Formats: sequence, structure tokens, C-alpha cells
Amino acid sequence: MKFNGNAWKFGADVDTDAIVPARYLNTSDPKELAKHCMEDSTTPDFMKKMKPGDIIVAEKNFGCGSSREHAPIAIKAAGVSCVIAKSFARIFYRNCFNMGLPIFESAEAVDGIKEGDQIEVDADHGVIRNLTTRKEFKATPVPAFMQELIAAGGLMAYTKKKAGL
Amino acid sequence: MMTITEKILAAHCGKKEVVPGELVNARLDLVLANDITAPISIKEYRAAGAKKVFDPERIALIPDHFAPNKDIASAEQCAMLRQFSREHDLSLYFEVGRMGIEHALLPEQGIVVPGDVVIGADSHTCTYGGLGAFSTGVGSTDVAAAMITGEAWFKVPETMKFIYQGKIGKWIGGKDIILRTIGDIGVDGARYRAMEFTGEVIRKLPMAGRLTICNMAIEAGGKNGIIEPDEITEKYVSKRARRKYKFYKSDKKATYADVREYDLTGMEPQIACPHLPENVKPVSELRAINIDQSVVGSCTNGRIEDMREAAKVIRGHKVHPYVRMIVIPATQAIYKQCIKEGLVDVFIDAGAAFSTPTCGPCLGGHMGILAAGERAVATTNRNFVGRMGHPKSEVYLSSPAIAAASAVLGRIGRPEELM
Repeated sequence: MKFNGNAWKFGADVDTDAIVPARYLNTSDPKELAKHCMEDSTTPDFMKKMKPGDIIVAEKNFGCGSSREHAPIAIKAAGVSCVIAKSFARIFYRNCFNMGLPIFESAEAVDGIKEGDQIEVDADHGVIRNLTTRKEFKATPVPAFMQELIAAGGLMAYTKKKAGL
Repeated sequence: MMTITEKILAAHCGKKEVVPGELVNARLDLVLANDITAPISIKEYRAAGAKKVFDPERIALIPDHFAPNKDIASAEQCAMLRQFSREHDLSLYFEVGRMGIEHALLPEQGIVVPGDVVIGADSHTCTYGGLGAFSTGVGSTDVAAAMITGEAWFKVPETMKFIYQGKIGKWIGGKDIILRTIGDIGVDGARYRAMEFTGEVIRKLPMAGRLTICNMAIEAGGKNGIIEPDEITEKYVSKRARRKYKFYKSDKKATYADVREYDLTGMEPQIACPHLPENVKPVSELRAINIDQSVVGSCTNGRIEDMREAAKVIRGHKVHPYVRMIVIPATQAIYKQCIKEGLVDVFIDAGAAFSTPTCGPCLGGHMGILAAGERAVATTNRNFVGRMGHPKSEVYLSSPAIAAASAVLGRIGRPEELM
């Protein structure tokens, strides 16, 4: 699978309250959550400016803080195709695989991408291309078990099979 | 040679030994979710076509975040938990009037015990490490799967050991110790790792302080926080435990990814400044910071010991005319104990509000939201942008003693300034 979009850059330690503020968590409807995606971040008007397919590119520890799956749900429902970061907070990382938001870890890619650059991500090979600067980067390989989860169609599909449902 | 975290995980996946990095499928003693996270779990559970949970005695659904229902949408979410609990005959659903903040309630009621493996769709599930359990926060989908299978997969984490020595000052407690630590290693300093807290200071620390320390392990990115159980644990657990429990201890020759030592002698109360829990400063550097609100409560500092500490500081004083002080005991039992000990009188006489248990203001839900430009001192756990209300408001994280003293002073300050 390939993703293609423009980069939106964010700093270090973007927390899940910045991705979707808790004041909107009286619903779990993806469309409602998406309306507030990145509202308390350094780009509060992200939803007004982004186009479907665009890519979030962030420094270290993206998604720290609360365990709310509403955060990756909001990003996905907003139309963001994938997130590239230097590193991800643990629960956010796990949530993304469970609910199906593609994420890629690569410090070099983050350093080699500027806001607005056109990015192509080859998810199957873990290759990130900056089409604006014609540079190519390799994402950290996904652990084997996570690949198994993705292949099974996410955690619930995997669980259904295991539980014979 | 294993750490306590490794031993508990090994025991729950039927192995003699596990090593950091290994993927294990562990049996769960308890699965937890709240009114924010459970609705997604319930939807996923139903979408999978599941009809039966793995064990109706081991799933805790607790409406505590936006409960008592703050608006219609929140009421609908709480109703989902209630309905699901009735359908599946769950014994650990706690209705308003019986409920409390999940991470205070479950240890208090003996529902989590030492040696357990617990997952919860709430990042502060790591609190139970204070009892000597392995517990960690996950997302709603993990909880949905666990409600069906009673199992979850984990990567066995490396462990960082934190050793605290010295003699701590009168108003120093668990909150100051964990803030000092997060200030040192940063909000991702323990990412994916277990944080094991030890040393003479921890060995003397009451259970409330231990729970506070482990509660905030997530604020350093930790997978879990944990403290070896001892006589203090035994005394706390023996009269509450609803299940058999087991004490695990780290082997002397266990392997640690990092060992850090702190001498806490003479350490001042610690405060995390906006907008990250790692922006930690000693209180003396912040005495020019005026405040509009002081909050004492949350899963971090809403226990009876925290109520006593705040009441001790504020007794005989008045809340500053420009400050709103909001005190929220974390459970009904704590609420009742506050009445019994006359603490409610102390707070109300001082001019503070005293509320029924809820997570409320900690995550900007209700019961004390900040306007643009307002500033709070809070005993809660996060001070991210917009955490307690308007994105242009600010939160300073502190101990109950500092929050109480600051409420009287109208600015950040310490109890000694009231004497």
C-alpha cells in the first residue's frame, strides 16, 4: 500500500490531549472526534487546512499521555493517511496497530522533511520518499508479531479467529 | 535472575523465565475500563459477535470521568456501561453513589491485589504497581479483546531501577518524589520500560504515597511502575483483599537497563510547570506565580492521606478571596472518612468546595474548568495545553500540601508560609 500527501510538522511530545482534547470525549463517533483533531496542538486550525491523504510528521514521543484510542481514531477519521515520527509513546503505538492507523518510525525522515513537502510512503517496504527533495528514508521495521496482527486484519479479527467467533 | 515485573509476567504465561523483549501472552486477573474508554470497547466487542465475557467477576466498568453525568452525551456513554454490565451480569460495575475514581477504588476495595496482571483502558492503570502488581494502560480495543479472551499480549519490558535515599522533609511525599524523577528523566525517559522504585525512602513510604508514585509512571512514558511488596503492603492488603495474593520480589542479581540513585535529604516540594510533567522546579522558584484555582483530588492524590494533608495545612485559614479551591475525595469511603474526621468542616470553613468523587477537572471534563488566562495548582497528573479547560489556561502540578497552602496565599507557596 502506498500513501501520498503533504507533510504537516509537529514538535516533540505531542500528547493525546493535543490530538483530541478530553472536553470532546463525551462521544466516540469518529466523525465528531475528527472535527477536533490537533485542536490543542501548535496547529489548532489543522482541520481547516489539511487535505485528505496528508501526513503528520512529528519529533519524538508522539501520542504521549492518555490511553484514549479516540486520538488515533480522530487522526484516521480526519483523513490523515499515516503518521511518521522519531518515536511513539507506547500505548499510542499499540492502539494504532489495534485499530489500523498506519504509523512509521524514522528519525532521518523527520529531519529530512519540511512542512508542506510532498511525501510518498511505501508501507509494504517501509520506505519513505520526500518527493520535494527527492530523498529516500527507511522506516524502522515493524516487530514480527505486529505484522501478524496487521495481516490478520487488526486485533479484533485476530481475537475472533482465536476465540472461534 | 528476574525482576519483580518479569516474575509476575512469567507466572501469568506459564513460563519459568521471561526476558526483556520477549513477547508473551499473559492471563489477566482483571480488565478495566471507564465511561470514556469502555464505549469503544463495547462497540468492538459487539461487532466481533461476542456473547460471553471470559469472566463476569473480573471485568470492572467504572463511570468516573464524566460522572455523575455532566451532559446528555456523557449520560449516553455511562448508560452503555450500565446496560452492558447488566446484560453480562458483571459484578464490578460501580454506580454513582458507590463508585469512586477507578485507581483509588480498586485497591481500596481489595479488587486488585499484589502479584496481579491487570490491564485497563486508562493510562493511569499503572497505579497498582504500588501494591506489587503488574498493571498497565492500554486502549479500548485491547480491552475489547481481553473481555473475550481474558488474555493480552505484552512485550516484556526492560526495567529501570530508581533508588531513593536520605531523610525526606515534613511536607514531602510520593508526589514530590515522582515529580523529581520525571523532571530528571523526562516524559519519555522510561518509554516502554518498567520503573521499579526502591530504597530506604520507599520502604518507609505509606501505601498512599506508593500508589501516587506508580500512578505517574506513565508520565515518564513507563509501561508500568512497581514497588516490591513488604509489611506495609501486607498491612494494607490483608484486610481488603477479595482474592488470594502473592508477593513477588526482584532477585538481587536481576538485570536492569538503568539504575538511578537520588538523595532526597533537603529536597524541596516539587512542582511541574506548564505544559509538560517534566518541567519540574522546586517550589521556592515559583513564589511569584498567582493562581485562580486549587484542586485537591484525582487518582494521583485523592486518597484519605491526601485529604488529611490538605486539611492539616488549611485548618484555621481562609481560601484567598481570588481563589476557588475544589476538594474531591476519590471514593465514597474516603468521602465518608472525611466527614467522620471533621475534614469536610475544615474545608468548608476555609471556603473550599467539597465534591462527590469524579475525575472531573483533572481532564477538563467538569467541576472546575479554567477560563482563558486562568491558572491552577492541582494535585492531578497532567498539565498539557488545555488539560483543565481553555487551551490558554495553565496547570501547575503539586502535592496536596502545596495546593492547600497556595489556595490560602493566592499564589504558589508552601505550608510554612502560613504558620
